[in-house]
Amino acid sequence: MLNFLLTVIHRDLMLAGRRRGDWLTSQFFFVMVVSMFPLGIGPDPVTLKMIGPGVVWVSALLASLLSLPRLLAEDYRDGSLEQMLLVPHPPVLLALGKALAHWLIYGIPLLLISPILGVQFALPADAIAILMLSLLIGTPILSLLGSVGAALTLGLRGGGVLLTLLILPLYVPVLIFGAGAVDATLAGTGAESHLSLLGAILVLTLLVAPWIAAAALKVSIE
Amino acid sequence: MALNLYYYASPATFYQLSGKLIPWFGWSAAILTVIGLYISFFMAPTDFQQGEAYRIIFIHVPAAWMSMFIYLVMAFWGAIGLAFKTRLSFMMSRALAPTGALFTFIALWTGALWGKPMWGAWWVWDARLTSELILLFLYIGIMALWAAIDDPQRGDRAGALLTLVGAINVPIIYFSVKWWNTLHQGASVSLTKAPSMAKIMLIGMLVMAIAAWLYTIAVALYRARTLILERERNTDWVKAQMEK
Repeated sequence: MLNFLLTVIHRDLMLAGRRRGDWLTSQFFFVMVVSMFPLGIGPDPVTLKMIGPGVVWVSALLASLLSLPRLLAEDYRDGSLEQMLLVPHPPVLLALGKALAHWLIYGIPLLLISPILGVQFALPADAIAILMLSLLIGTPILSLLGSVGAALTLGLRGGGVLLTLLILPLYVPVLIFGAGAVDATLAGTGAESHLSLLGAILVLTLLVAPWIAAAALKVSIE
Repeated sequence: MALNLYYYASPATFYQLSGKLIPWFGWSAAILTVIGLYISFFMAPTDFQQGEAYRIIFIHVPAAWMSMFIYLVMAFWGAIGLAFKTRLSFMMSRALAPTGALFTFIALWTGALWGKPMWGAWWVWDARLTSELILLFLYIGIMALWAAIDDPQRGDRAGALLTLVGAINVPIIYFSVKWWNTLHQGASVSLTKAPSMAKIMLIGMLVMAIAAWLYTIAVALYRARTLILERERNTDWVKAQMEK
């Protein structure tokens, strides 16, 4: 069973490695969206510091949503997704593997880029550390919840925009606690409570989301 | 006598039964609305703090109640449909969604109209307002998913799954917004302290709430009937029905 999970993840990592252009698009999207905000709002460091955490987090949500359709669409089109559902392992593992692969491929890079963006927004070092930590806990939730949406919208017309409509409201708690953790650090009240709540959401999502994503996959494939 | 639910779960039986029930629900909703509006405009006293503007509560509170309750009922029917594979449950879920979205919108709109004279702002990022807004987004997302899927069976089950995910999320969203709000700004506006209300005001509100319930049942049944006709159009009983 674990073997199957690792195979799914390994396969997606390899596919992403072979198509680096696709992979980079999502990261550059993240950087560009974040960089647009100072241009629109003005270079005043006090304002930027205030909006920085929120801007980075909202952009991370959008970047995650943008890359989600790729999680399953290619496999669906060439039929390999159907084959993977036919193997004698529970589909939950497939759904979990896909979500984890998405996190490794698209979530981790966001985390690694974020310090540079934090510097752009004049965030102090401790706030940047918390920003990375909050993204580390928060981005797997985005991938897990997003995998439900990606499975539901598989092969539908207007899939990308539809996915955004379905999933963005569900991302609200992650955004609040993720950006809130950095805000709390800036305000000097400590980020522990926010990060703990984010961790609790991660545990809950990890327990529930793969099952629902697997059920959604079965609904969409039939 | 045990009530045979499976008998009523058949679309053909349900179609006949709901046809008989709709006028009852519809008319009692209309009559109660008139009574409720009469109580709220002529019998309820003017509030000593808020003046006449408070009277919007008679629309606002029932709409807000319905917006949340209908979502739960949708999730309930979705779960029943997924568990028992009953076609009618999914149709009820679909039939309720537009009314739920409508009440959410009314609650937001009347809230804004009420907020302007009371707080001096059309909109504040209060926990209740924000979670109601996100509830509207959830309704819209579910209806968009249904609209995008042409195959009714796939649409039914996909929509039910999304409704259930939303139902798990609604409490989390509510509390996160609440904490976010109290952490960001001092709770300048508190809606949670219920003012001790005159009895007649409470009665007016309850009458309006019951009217909203009956209205919801009537239109949901009507929409479900339309869905049944659309989906069962190739069956003999629908053809016989149409020839009548």
